[in-house]
Amino acid sequence: MQGLFESYDRGGFFDEMFSDDGRVRPHYALLRERFCQMDPSEFEHKRALAEKSYLNQGVTFTVYSGDEGTERIMPFDLIPRIIPATEWEIIERGLVQRLTALNLFLHDIYHEQRIIEEGIIPAEIVLSAKHYRPELVGFNVPRNIYIHVCGTDLIRGADGQYYVLEDNGRCPSGVSYLLENRQAMKRVFPKLFSRYPVRPVDRYPQELLAALRHVAPNGNPDPTVVVLTPGIYNSAYFEHSFLARAMGIEIVVGRDLVVEKSRVFMKTTKGLKQVDVIYRRIDDDFLDPTVFRKDSALGVPGIVDAYRAGNVNLANAIGTGVADDKVTYYYVPAMIKFYLGEDPILPNVETFLSAVETDRKYILDHLPELVVKAANESGGYGMMIGPHASQEEIAKFRDAIIADPRGYIAQPVIQLSRSPCCNDGKLEGRHIDLRPYILSGEKTVIIPGGLTRVAMRKGSLVVNSSQGGGSKDTWVLDEEVAPC
Amino acid sequence: MLSRVADACFWLSRYIERAEANARILDVNIQLLLDFEDQNAGTVQQHWQPILATLEDQERFSEFHTGISGDAVMEFVTFEKKNPHSIVSCVTLARENARMVREQISSEMWEQLNRLYLYAQSPAAHAAFAESPIEFYRSLVDSLHSFQGITDATMTHSEGWHFLQLGKFLERADSTSRVLDIKYHILLPTGEHVGGTVDVTQWLAVLRSCSALEAFLKISHGQVTGRNVAQFLILHDSFPRSIRFCIDHVDGALHRISGCEHSYFSNEAERLSGKLRSALNFTTIDDVFSAGMHQYLDETQLRITGISNAVIKAYGQWLDDAELGD
Repeated sequence: MQGLFESYDRGGFFDEMFSDDGRVRPHYALLRERFCQMDPSEFEHKRALAEKSYLNQGVTFTVYSGDEGTERIMPFDLIPRIIPATEWEIIERGLVQRLTALNLFLHDIYHEQRIIEEGIIPAEIVLSAKHYRPELVGFNVPRNIYIHVCGTDLIRGADGQYYVLEDNGRCPSGVSYLLENRQAMKRVFPKLFSRYPVRPVDRYPQELLAALRHVAPNGNPDPTVVVLTPGIYNSAYFEHSFLARAMGIEIVVGRDLVVEKSRVFMKTTKGLKQVDVIYRRIDDDFLDPTVFRKDSALGVPGIVDAYRAGNVNLANAIGTGVADDKVTYYYVPAMIKFYLGEDPILPNVETFLSAVETDRKYILDHLPELVVKAANESGGYGMMIGPHASQEEIAKFRDAIIADPRGYIAQPVIQLSRSPCCNDGKLEGRHIDLRPYILSGEKTVIIPGGLTRVAMRKGSLVVNSSQGGGSKDTWVLDEEVAPC
Repeated sequence: MLSRVADACFWLSRYIERAEANARILDVNIQLLLDFEDQNAGTVQQHWQPILATLEDQERFSEFHTGISGDAVMEFVTFEKKNPHSIVSCVTLARENARMVREQISSEMWEQLNRLYLYAQSPAAHAAFAESPIEFYRSLVDSLHSFQGITDATMTHSEGWHFLQLGKFLERADSTSRVLDIKYHILLPTGEHVGGTVDVTQWLAVLRSCSALEAFLKISHGQVTGRNVAQFLILHDSFPRSIRFCIDHVDGALHRISGCEHSYFSNEAERLSGKLRSALNFTTIDDVFSAGMHQYLDETQLRITGISNAVIKAYGQWLDDAELGD
C-alpha cells in the first residue's frame, strides 16, 4: 500500500476495501488509485470543503444538552462505501421480502391474528408491545400498506455476511443525508463518477411522493399530500423540510391543521384546504392529544378520528411500532416463512429474548459478553455493549431485565465490518452499518444503497448520529464490469 | 399558502430590512462623528443618543450600560443578542423564519442568509468590526443586498414572494421615517444655525444613510435644505426608499396577494394602505411642515403599524396569539 493507505491496518476485522490478504478488493481498485495520487493536505482540503458546504446549506441536525440546542453537521467521510451489483441484488431481494412480510404481519395482527392463533408468535408478545394500538383493530388502511417508508439497518459480520440488525418502521430518518452525501461527493470528486458506474439515488423524493399518492383515501387520483413535522426545533427538521422541498409539497406543523367533520384541513391565506395524505414525522404518541398523549402540543386534535373515518391517510400507519419492536424482530424470520412460505434471504442477528426463561438465564449469565437493547428504544439509547460496559452499567441492566423481561433483548457482540475513514489526515478503519430506505407503494422500491453510518470514535460500535456517528456516500455499482 | 408560512415570509423580510437599516444608520453616524473632531463626553453622547431614540431602544440600552459611548451603542445595536433589535438578533430571527419556510424559498436564498448568520455569529465578524466598523457595516449591507437580488432572481414571484415584498417595503417605509426623525433628535451645537455647515452635514448624513445622496443631488441643484431632503425622502415617487414609493409597493403587493382590483379594497389592510398611499400622493412638503415634521413622521409610523397589524389579522386569522407579532 502506498500514499494515504501506507500504514492502514485492517485490525483483524472484515474490511470493506481490503481482503484478508491485504489486497484491495477489485471494486475499490480504481478508487484507491485516485486516492493514492492525493497527498494528505489535498485530501484534508476536500474534506473541509465538503463540511463547509454542509454548514452553509444548513444540512444540520440539532443536539440538545440542557436547554440549549446546537446545530451540528453530521461528520462526513470522503471515502465512499462501494457495493457490487451482485451483492446489492441479494440485499434488495431480502429487503423486499422482509418488508412484504412485515406489512402482512401488521394487517394480520390488526385483523384475524392468524399468526397468533397458529402459535407462531405468542399473543402476549404482540399485545404487550408498547406500540401495539388496540384502537386500530379491525381498521382497514388504504391498499393494506402499513409501513410506507422503512429504514432497515444492515451490518456485516466478520464473515462478510449481511445481517439485519433492526427494522425502523415508524419514522426512520437519515435519507436526506444519503442524498446530500451524493451531492457533496459529486462536487468534490466529479471525475470519479464518470469512471465508476454508480447507480443514481436522486429519484428518492419522487418515488416517495408516488408512494404517498398511491395510498390516498378512496383512490383519490389527485390528493393533497403534506409533510407533518414537529417543528424547527426537532433534530431532524432539516430532513423534513428537505423532503417537502424535493417533493414540492407543503410542510406543516400541528397548528397548521384543523379537523372539522372528521376531515383534516390546513389553514391557508385563502381559507381551509383539505388534506388527503400526511407523511407524518411525529410519533404515534404525539399525533393526537385526544387519543394518545394528552400533553402533546405537536399533534392535531381529532386527526385519529379523521383517519378512522377514512378521510385522511397517514404514512406510516398508526401502530406500526409493534413491527419494529426488538422482541418482534426475533420472530421476523418465522413471519417470512409463515406468510410467504420462503426462507429469509437476509438473516437476523442471533437474538436472545429475556421474556423467554431459558434465554433470560443465558443473558443474565453472559451480560459482559452481550449487547443488551431495550425493546422500544432507538437512536442508540437504552443500549449496553457488554465488553465496553462498566460494572455499574451491567448491574443496572441486570436489574432492569429482571424487573421487565419483556422490555429487553440481547445479542452477541457483532464486530461490524470496517471501512477506511479519514481521521486527522490518516486513514484508519472504522465500523460501519448500512441503512437502506424501502418504499412500499404500487410496488416496493429501494433506492440503490442507503445511508452508510460510521462510528467515528476509534473502536466504537455505535453509529447513531445522536451519539456522534458520521456517514459516507454509498455507491451501488450498475454492472459487474470493472470500472474503466 | 399556509397562513403560518405567509406570516413567516412577512417577518423574514422585515428582519432583513431592519438589519440593513441598522447597519446603515450606524455606518453614517460613525462617519458623521469623524467630521466633528472636538469630541468630549458631551458631544459623543449627543451623537449616539439619537440613534437609540430612533430605534426606540433607550430603555433596554440602559439595562445593559450606564453611560452612552460610541462603542457601547455600536456593540448594543450590532452584536447584543439580548437586544431583539440588534443586527445579530434580526439576522437570527430572519434565519429562524427562513428555516420555517425553507421549502418555500429558494436554496440560494437560504444559503445566502445562512452564511450571513454563521458569519455574524463568528469571531471573524467581531474581528472585522474591530478593524474597521465602516467596512464591516458596508459588507453587511452588501450581503443583505445580495439576498434581495437572489430573492428576485431565484424565487417564483407568486404569493410567498409578494409577502416578502410586503414585509420589505413596510419595514423600509418605517426605517426611512425613523432615519429622517434622527435629525429631529440631534441638537445643533450652540452657535450653529439652520442652514449652516453642521446642519447641512447632518442632512447629508441622513441622505447617505438612505443611500439617497447621489439620487438627491441629481435633482436638488445643490440645495441641501431640510425641506428638500424631507420632500425627497417622504414624497419622491420613484426613489426606492422614499416613504411614498414604499407604501405604493406595499399597496401593490397587498392587491396582488388578494387579487383585488387596484383602488378597491377587500380587507382592512388594503383599506389602510390605500388610504395612506393616496394621502402621500396628494401631500405637499408644506403640509408636512405645517403639521410639524416630527409629528407627521410619528403619525406615519403609527399608520404603518396599523397596516402591519391588519395584514396579520387578514392572513393570519388562524394563528394563535403567541405566534403573532415580533
